Amino acid sequence: MPTAINYQDKIPNNVDLSGDRRLQRALEGWQPRFMNWWAEMGPALQTQDVYLRTAVSVGRDGWAHFGHVAPEEYRWGIFLAERDPDRRIAFGEHQGEPVWQQVPGEYRADLQRLIVVQGDTEPASVEQQRLLGLTAPSLYDLRNLFQVNVEEGRHLWAMVYLLHAYFGREGREEAEALLHRNSGSPDSPRILGAFNEETADWLAFYMFTYFTDRDGKYQLGTLKESAFDPLSRTCEFMLKEEAHHMFVGTTGVDRVVRRSAELIREHDTLDIGPHGGIPLEIIQKYLNFHYSVSLDLFGSETSTNAANYYTAGLKGRWQETRRKDDHRLTEDSVLLDKPTAEGTWQQEELPALLALNLDLRQEYIADCASGVKRWNKILAEHGIDFRFALPHPGFNRRVGVGAGFHVTPDGTIVDERTWEAGRSHWLPTSEDLTFVRSLMHPVYERGKIASWVAPPRNGINGKPFDYQYVHLA
Amino acid sequence: MAVATDRETAPEVRPGGAAQVSFDAHPDGYRHWRLRLDGEIAWLVLDVDEAAGLVPGYELKLNSYDLGVDIELYDATQRLRFEHPEVCAVVVTSGKDRVFCAGANIRMLAGSPHEWKVNFCKFTNETRNAIEDATAHSGQTYLAAVNGSCAGGGYELALACERILLVDDNSSAVALPEVPLLGVLPGTGGLTRVVDKRRVRRDRADVFATRPDGIRGRTAVQWRLVDELVPPRRFHEVVRQRAVEAAANSSRPAGATGIELTPLRRAVTEHAISYDHVAAEFDRARGLVTITVRVPDEPAPSGPDAMHARGAAFWPLAMTRELDDLILRLRTNEPALGTWVIRTVGDPDTALGYEKLLTDRAGTDWLASEILHYYKRTLKRLDVTSRSLVALIEPGSAAAGMLFELALACDRQYILDGPPIDDEDSDERASITLSEANFGAFPMGNGLSRLACRFSGEDEHLAWLRGEVGRTLTPAEANELGLVTDAPDDIDWEDEIRLVVEGRAALSPDALSGMEANLRFVGPETMETKIFGRLSAWQNWIFNRPNAAGPDGALRRYGTGQKAVFDRKRV
Repeated sequence: MPTAINYQDKIPNNVDLSGDRRLQRALEGWQPRFMNWWAEMGPALQTQDVYLRTAVSVGRDGWAHFGHVAPEEYRWGIFLAERDPDRRIAFGEHQGEPVWQQVPGEYRADLQRLIVVQGDTEPASVEQQRLLGLTAPSLYDLRNLFQVNVEEGRHLWAMVYLLHAYFGREGREEAEALLHRNSGSPDSPRILGAFNEETADWLAFYMFTYFTDRDGKYQLGTLKESAFDPLSRTCEFMLKEEAHHMFVGTTGVDRVVRRSAELIREHDTLDIGPHGGIPLEIIQKYLNFHYSVSLDLFGSETSTNAANYYTAGLKGRWQETRRKDDHRLTEDSVLLDKPTAEGTWQQEELPALLALNLDLRQEYIADCASGVKRWNKILAEHGIDFRFALPHPGFNRRVGVGAGFHVTPDGTIVDERTWEAGRSHWLPTSEDLTFVRSLMHPVYERGKIASWVAPPRNGINGKPFDYQYVHLA
Repeated sequence: MAVATDRETAPEVRPGGAAQVSFDAHPDGYRHWRLRLDGEIAWLVLDVDEAAGLVPGYELKLNSYDLGVDIELYDATQRLRFEHPEVCAVVVTSGKDRVFCAGANIRMLAGSPHEWKVNFCKFTNETRNAIEDATAHSGQTYLAAVNGSCAGGGYELALACERILLVDDNSSAVALPEVPLLGVLPGTGGLTRVVDKRRVRRDRADVFATRPDGIRGRTAVQWRLVDELVPPRRFHEVVRQRAVEAAANSSRPAGATGIELTPLRRAVTEHAISYDHVAAEFDRARGLVTITVRVPDEPAPSGPDAMHARGAAFWPLAMTRELDDLILRLRTNEPALGTWVIRTVGDPDTALGYEKLLTDRAGTDWLASEILHYYKRTLKRLDVTSRSLVALIEPGSAAAGMLFELALACDRQYILDGPPIDDEDSDERASITLSEANFGAFPMGNGLSRLACRFSGEDEHLAWLRGEVGRTLTPAEANELGLVTDAPDDIDWEDEIRLVVEGRAALSPDALSGMEANLRFVGPETMETKIFGRLSAWQNWIFNRPNAAGPDGALRRYGTGQKAVFDRKRV
C-alpha cells in the first residue's frame, strides 16, 4: 500500500503543494524516481550526516536552516521568490504588459525547451562529481561538495516543479527524461557537451564551480527576466543558492593558489610538484580548459533562437531592467570579432538582436576576469612574478565563430600543426592530470587538510574550520 | 536597419541570374555528401560544407541544404543505379554530430525569388520520388539512419526512404516545423507522405506538424513517424543489420558490372545548348525554345552485350541523360522561355529497334530496366514542367514508340500533313508509330500511361489503338485516332504553328502554368500527384502571401528575432 506523503514536512515549499492535487499527483510519481536516481548517481561516499543548509522559506529574515542531515533525508524544497503583483514585462514585443502567470500556448514549446535544457544541467553536475567525495581534501570541502550537490538536486526540483505545474502530460514526461539522461552516458548523454565531461579531481571541481557554474548563474540571470513569472521567480531564488557554488569555486581556487604560493616561497622554486603542491602552470592549464569549455555553453555568438526568445519575452539580457536602451533592439547593432581564413581577426557588424549570446558572454568574461585578478593578487602578495590570464575567447572552442579555427591563448590564429604542437603548454596533459590525481588523497580527520590546498579563512555559518562538518558512515 | 543582413542582400544576387546553374556533379567533387561503398550497401553521408552554398548570402548551417546540395544527391542516386548494380541497399545518414539534417536553408528560401523557390522544391521532390523509384523498381532500398535532430526537409528526406531508424538518445527528434516556425508548409511531400505513406493518423499528423520541437522516442514509433529506435552505441551496427536485411530481398543481379556515367558533352552559347543527340535553340524574343531529339543513323546493336559495352554512349541512355540535363537547365536558368517546342529527327524504325532491345530485356537485364525507368522519370519531369509544351511532328520526325511519348507529354501535338516545308517535291511524309511501350512502360505520376490518361474512360478507343501497334500511321489517321491536336497541311503549317506559339506567349504565364497542370493529370490521384499538386497550389499560394513572404511575414522574419505579423483573416 503506498504511503501518503506529508507534503509540507517532506517537501518544504511556498507553492501551496498540500492544496494542489495535480502537483501532488505528479510529484508522487516523480519523487521516488528522484530518490532512486540520487542513490544511483548521487555522491558515492557514504555518510551518516552532513552539516547542510536547507532552504525553508524565501523571506528576508533567514531563508535557510543549517543542521546535520543525512543526505538522502535532505528536504528538497520548492521555492519561488516572492511574487511582485505589479511586475511587468521588461523587454521584447510584449514590453510593458503584465507578466504571465500561465504559459501562453504560443510559447509553450519554447519555454518547455528552455526549462528542459536548464533542468538537464542541474543533475548533470551531481553525476559528474559523484566520485569526488572519495578524495576530499578536508571535511570542510567535503561538506561544501555535498552542499553543492544537494542544491543542484534542488534546482532540478525547481525545474521539475515548473514542468509539472505548467506543462501537463508532456511536462511530466520531460521531467522523467531528466533522470534518464546521464552525464557521459554513451546512449543517453546530457544535452550540453560540457556536462558530459567527468570532474576528475578537486582542482577541476573548483574550476568547474568557478567557471561552469558561473555560466549557470548568467543563464539563470537571463531567465530571471522572463515574462513567464513562475520561471522568473524560480530562477531568482536559485541564484541565491548559486552564489554559494561560486563561493566554493572562487575560494577553492584561491586556496590552491595560496598553497602553491606558500610552497614556492618555502622551497624557493616554481617546481613544487615534488613538495606536494600544484605548479602554477598546471593551474593555468586547468583554467584554460574550464574557461574555454564554459564559453561553449553560451552557444553561437549569433543566435536566431536567442533573438526569438528575447522578442517573445522568454529570456532577457543580464540585468535587463538596469540597461538604458529601448529593450527591443530592433535598430541596434554590435561588432563581432570573427577569425578569417587568412589568419586575421575581422570585425563584423550585426544586429544586436542576433548577438544576445555574445552580449551575455561578454558580461560573463568580465566577471571571470575578477577571479583572475584575485588570484594574481595572492601571487603578488607572495612576491611571485607569475600571473594568471584568461585565454582569448577563440581558444579551444567547439561552438561559435572560433570553432574550426586554431586559436592560441593569446588570440593568434595558427594552423592545426602549430596548435597541436602547443597544446601540451596550454591544456592539461594526461601527465598533468595523473599528477594532480596523485595528490588527491582523502583527509577525513577533523581540522586537517591535504598538502596541496590551504585551509579556508572562515568556516561555514560561523563554525570553525575544525568543526565536525561530516560524520562518515 | 543599419546593418545589411543576408536576407536583404540575397535577392539582388538572383540565383541563376549571373551564373548559370550546372547540374554536373561527380562523387570526387562532392562538397556536401560522401558516397561510401561497402559491398552491397552504400552509405550516403550528408556533411554539408557551410561555406559552399550555391549562391552567396547564406551559410548552410546544421546540414541544411540548397540546390547545390540536392544536385549532388541526385547525382549520387543516379550513379548508384547505373554505376553500382552491386548495391542493394542505400543508407542515408549524417556525418555531423547530433544533427541529421535541418532541411532546406531558410535564408536561402527567404532570399530567393519565387520561381527559384518553386523550381528548387520541384527538383528536390523529383529526387525524393527517384529514391522511392529506386526502392520500388531497382532493388536499391533506401534507409534513413537518423543520427541526430531531423527537421523539415531533413525529415522529408527520411520519409522518402523505405525505413527510418531514429537514434534513441533522449534528445534527437523528428519534426516538421514549417507551419509553426516559418508560416509555410513542408513542401517536399512531408504532409502527404506522413498520412499517405506512413499512415500517421490525421489528428496526430496535425499535432506533429504544429510542434516546432517535433516528436522523439517511443511516441515517434507509436505514431509511425519512424520505424524503430536504436540506442546510440548500437546505432551503426543495427543500421548495418537493417541494410543487410533489405539487401537480402533485393532483385539486383549478382555479379553485374556497372557502367560509368561519363561527363556529358555539351556546348552552351547565349542562344543554344547542344549535346550529341539533343539540342535546344532559344528564340528569346518569342520566349521560345525549340528542342530537337535525334535518332542516330547507326541501328541498334543486336544484343545486350553491345549495349553494356557502349555504356553511357548507348543511344537511349545518352539521349535520356542529355534530355534530363537540358530540362533541368532550362527550368532553372531560363525561366522566361515559356514555350518549349519539342521535335524529333531520324528514322522511326531505328528508334523502335533501340526500344525493342530494351523492352525485350526489361525483365532480365538490369541495365535495360534502368534505362527504361530513367526515361520514365525524365518524361515525368516534362509532366511537371511549368512551361507550355508543344510537339511538332514533321516529315523526317521519329514519332515512334518511346519517342512519340515525348509528344504525348506535351500540351498539344501538331503533325504536318504534306511534304517537307523546304522540299515540296519530296514524297517524304510525317508519321506516327505506336508501340507496346506507349501503353504502360512509362507511367505518369498518376500511375497511368499517357495514352490512358489522354483517353480516360474510353477503353474501347484504347483497345482500338492497341490494335494499331506497329503500323505506320499517316497524319490523317493520327488525327482521326486522336493522337494529335491538328494536322495542318504544308500551306497552312507555318502560319498555324506561328499562331499557336505567339498566342501562347500572349497569355498569362501564371494562368498557363495552372491550367496546364490541371489538364495534364487526368484520372486518379496518387501520392506523387498530390505532392506536386499541393506544392503547386497550396505552397505556392502561401509563398506569395504576405503572411509568409511579406516584409513582416514569417518566412522573411525568420532569423531576425522578430515575430511575424499575420493578417488573421482566413481565406
